[in-house]
Amino acid sequence: MREILYRHAIREALDEELTRDENVVVMGEEVAQYNGAYKVTEGLWEKWGDKRIVDTPISEAGFIGMGVGASMLGIRPVMELMFWSFHSVAFDQLVNNAANVRYMSGGLCNCPIVMRGPANGGTNVGATHSHTPEGLFAAFPGLKVCSPATPADVKGLMKTAIRDNDPVYVMENTLLYGTSGPVPDPADGDHLVPLGKADIKREGSDVSLIAHGRSVLRALEAAETLQSEHGINAEVVDLRSIRPLDQQAIIDSVMKTNRAVLVDESKPFCGVSAQITTLIQEHAFDHLDAPVKRVCSLDAPAIYSPHIEDEQLPTPGRIIEKVLSIA
Amino acid sequence: MMDSPPTLLDFSQSKVNKDLTNADKIEFYRQMVRIRRFEQTALKFYNGGKMGGFLHLYIGQESVAVGTISLCGDNDHVITAYRCHGHALTVGMEMDPCMAECYGKATGSAKGKGGSMHLFDPSRNFWGGHGIVGGQTPLGLGLAYAVKYKNLQGCCLCYMGDGAVNQGAFHESLNIAALFKIPVVYIIENNGYSMGTSQERSSAFKDCLAQRAEAYDMDWDLVNGEDLYEVRAKTHIAIERARKESKPTVLEIATYRYYGHSVADANAKKYRTPDEIEKYKTYHDPIRLWRRRLIDEAVFTDVEADAIDKEAKQAAVASAKFADESPAPTIESIFDDVYWETDNNTEASQIGRHFFND
Repeated sequence: MREILYRHAIREALDEELTRDENVVVMGEEVAQYNGAYKVTEGLWEKWGDKRIVDTPISEAGFIGMGVGASMLGIRPVMELMFWSFHSVAFDQLVNNAANVRYMSGGLCNCPIVMRGPANGGTNVGATHSHTPEGLFAAFPGLKVCSPATPADVKGLMKTAIRDNDPVYVMENTLLYGTSGPVPDPADGDHLVPLGKADIKREGSDVSLIAHGRSVLRALEAAETLQSEHGINAEVVDLRSIRPLDQQAIIDSVMKTNRAVLVDESKPFCGVSAQITTLIQEHAFDHLDAPVKRVCSLDAPAIYSPHIEDEQLPTPGRIIEKVLSIA
Repeated sequence: MMDSPPTLLDFSQSKVNKDLTNADKIEFYRQMVRIRRFEQTALKFYNGGKMGGFLHLYIGQESVAVGTISLCGDNDHVITAYRCHGHALTVGMEMDPCMAECYGKATGSAKGKGGSMHLFDPSRNFWGGHGIVGGQTPLGLGLAYAVKYKNLQGCCLCYMGDGAVNQGAFHESLNIAALFKIPVVYIIENNGYSMGTSQERSSAFKDCLAQRAEAYDMDWDLVNGEDLYEVRAKTHIAIERARKESKPTVLEIATYRYYGHSVADANAKKYRTPDEIEKYKTYHDPIRLWRRRLIDEAVFTDVEADAIDKEAKQAAVASAKFADESPAPTIESIFDDVYWETDNNTEASQIGRHFFND
């Protein structure tokens, strides 16, 4: 299979959906003439023009709210947040309006919108630019959230998100944009990945490493070392989608391995991993041979220092250490 | 606001008003009276403990919704803030589902999920009913954006109170509206008070609030809200500008509310004098003025006007009875209307878990 970059997989998804549905509009800061702050939308403006690829002023509340309003009338905006960290200046639109308008209207309004952009630490840009709000937004019923780790998954989930009739928030990662991986050729048909479906990225029998986003790659690295140096065969469950959540895949894996270590770049307090932990204790308690353990970002605002920022994130070293503590 | 009967400029001869039939004019009267009677009835039963939460009354401002919305066509849309009963009834929503929504009943327009602040009827191009001050201003921009995107000749009337003009989202919306040439008409219903804080104590401005539009190179106008003819004449210019030139406008319509910010406003009679309220009721009440005007024009008689009033009152009382006798929503219905996909039981909704109650 051909290999393409993560950023190009997103672009291909956008391009295909722009072709499929004339109501799809890509909007955001620098997405058009600048070709995207992270070159995700490179070439799309040249191909599709001003109507379909729209540069906005730096007004997240204004343009995201505009997208929400337009979606109520049947437009399908795909809004780029240059960083998901900027959600805070548009929170009222992202939550009060996008998540709630269907409910508060008794189902009379729809909000088929996609918000996308990178949500990650590890690039030495300090606390205000390093938020990982997937758990935050997944906590609001009415929203859907996914966090793809590979080029194939991000393409398939992006296309699904655009076709979904509810607001879907796609959390990408600047450190993944330049990674490559196999993605099915468009000539072989639509490549779609459903929301709510986890993927076993590595089969194993001794412990379940449950992760999403870039932490999946860290977990896979750790799994190789655990195998080669410690003889531990770890299974890596990639959640891909946070809400809806593939609870069955989590429980099935834990029932097989009887041990779980959750790897989650968000913070430990009320993070995604906290929710997964409670689901495991509720639904697989009798199958656990050890307490559920978590490897999250260290519990402080994201540090700038390039010397140590990576250590604040879940590292293969900390994952291995945690596994060994219960294996 | 003036202390004596106003000398109104005569907008009755504006083209958009000259074309009105007697039936049209009577219909405006009927709509305004229906709003007032609906709200007086709602107030009575709110105070009687039949409703929860807030009740933001529109009484005193009826001419704004009725005058502006009377100009709307098939491709024109309406969105407003939480003081939304007047707009809801004017777009044609029936009293029964509106009152039932205030009561939190399953027969409410939003099945009891939104309440008084969140009346919606997209089938009548009415998009709410929004609770956060200024939060609807980008949505109105988006509705108008969609109209333009679909190459339709229409606009969005986006209403807000004078308190909303100081929200950042509103200013972001103004900039985008002017920059992208979006056919949106922002209508500031200036009743003088953002909750309990007067305009003078809450806003920095030179001559008026709408003038802020100049900073965005946008057209604006000031409107005397007590005169339905003036409301229609000036709003029509803004709507035509939106429809034909795809350009936004900010209208500031001077009006007044007789009751507090909401019924729960404990200081409703402290931040302004009873005298101020009385003067408005006596000299500037939009329904009273319109009624006098139509009698002067021999459009209808006092007897006919009274009959319309009586009918509105009966309809309002009947809607309260309907609401009172309607069933409450079920616990199961709490999970409806969260996701389109789960409501429609789609293939996608079968994949993964959407709700997390255990």
